[in-house]
Amino acid sequence: MQRELIERAKQLLADGTVSRVMGWKAGEFGYDMTPAVFASSEELEKDFRYDDFCEANLSKYMIKESRKEGKILVFLKPCDTYSFNELLKEHRILRENVYVIGVPCTGKVNANAIRSRGIHGITGMSCDGETVTVSTLYGEETVPKNEAMAERCQNCKSKKHVIYDELFGEEGEVTGAPRFRMVEKLESMTPDQRFSFWRKELSRCIRCNACRNVCPACSCEKCVFDNDASGVANKAAADSFEENMFHIIRAFHVAGRCTDCGECSRVCPQNIPLHLLNRKFIKDINELYGEYQAGEDLETKCPLTDYTKDDAEPSIIYQRGGNR
Amino acid sequence: MQVNNEFKPKIIAFCCNWCSYAGADLAGTNRLNYPADVKIIRVPCSCRINPMFILRAFQRGADGVILCGCHPGDCHYTSGNYFARRRMTLLFSMLDYLGIEKERTRVEWVSAAEGAKFAATMNEFVETVTKLGENKRLEDLRCKEN
Repeated sequence: MQRELIERAKQLLADGTVSRVMGWKAGEFGYDMTPAVFASSEELEKDFRYDDFCEANLSKYMIKESRKEGKILVFLKPCDTYSFNELLKEHRILRENVYVIGVPCTGKVNANAIRSRGIHGITGMSCDGETVTVSTLYGEETVPKNEAMAERCQNCKSKKHVIYDELFGEEGEVTGAPRFRMVEKLESMTPDQRFSFWRKELSRCIRCNACRNVCPACSCEKCVFDNDASGVANKAAADSFEENMFHIIRAFHVAGRCTDCGECSRVCPQNIPLHLLNRKFIKDINELYGEYQAGEDLETKCPLTDYTKDDAEPSIIYQRGGNR
Repeated sequence: MQVNNEFKPKIIAFCCNWCSYAGADLAGTNRLNYPADVKIIRVPCSCRINPMFILRAFQRGADGVILCGCHPGDCHYTSGNYFARRRMTLLFSMLDYLGIEKERTRVEWVSAAEGAKFAATMNEFVETVTKLGENKRLEDLRCKEN
């Protein structure tokens, strides 16, 4: 696959269709693929990678890249195309400056998923599509690939590319995996249990803002959290209120626009399951205002910019599920 | 000297200018009683309320926040309260998901003619929040008086 992508990218560079290529290259470690822009076929040959470790969603980079001179080629996995579509819908990307190639994805290996199995001191990883071979300071370990993926890939929502100019492989299908199990589990807890669960998770937040910076839905030029007077702009959260407030507001700001790409949880250096906040909003929206998948198309109105006359009253949450 | 240690909640009521604020006024001119713990903040429309306002109120020491607006369909700006309704439903559901007592937040539609409803709602809400006690789960210690 990697070979084919490089060849095609070189072709498009050579015939002048695009002037730059956005893809992935190896980061600090061989299994840590980071987004990169390539301007020549030599660079592509040297650094371009596409394998089971390319987790990053490249769609957000198109906001800035599409405003530069010349067209850019971008490789998008199925779930990334949802984010791309959502950004198009919000007029954040100049479509005519982007050439999208859809690449197939069978789920990506996540280093944290491997660490959570008690494998530490990782020095390298390779994957043959079925099993992941992990070399560590203490010897070699093998993990089946489907157990080495992050939760978002294990419960992959869709293998379908919703937007592309060109597609590698065959068109996939919307899988509709059961992704709300953890949200349901939390909902069935008592408020005290929920509170201590979230306190334990959120109190680890170091306010690095990585979740905000990576989120394709968080694309405001000026962010409310950069306002020093907001009371929640400290670099290190000084109080439990800040952690709560930051995450509630961030999740609320992307409610109805979040495509559930799971990048927030991937980049969190403290492994806070941030996607569970977004999924709660997605689940509520689905239940109260009808099934809605952000980024699925360019026409449907976002549920929070829309209404019907007989929407549920806010008091519905007093009656609805969960222990008291 | 006797010190009264009875818990008095701080309640913030966001009232829309066109219906609920006038409703509160009517409650006053009708000499209806509602607790002085309710602090009213007038807003142009219920959809002026940003979720941050509600969290900020809790940060600054509120024990309960209630949002009052025109009845759905009666919005001065045609559709403001419909949007507010969706936003608040989702926000309150999220607060509940984080384990914050859901009784601390509420939305009530009060028209300019419903002075009695305004007083009754506030009495009821203050009672509920008094039972819950001080807001501990969403407090900002930096904003507390020592």
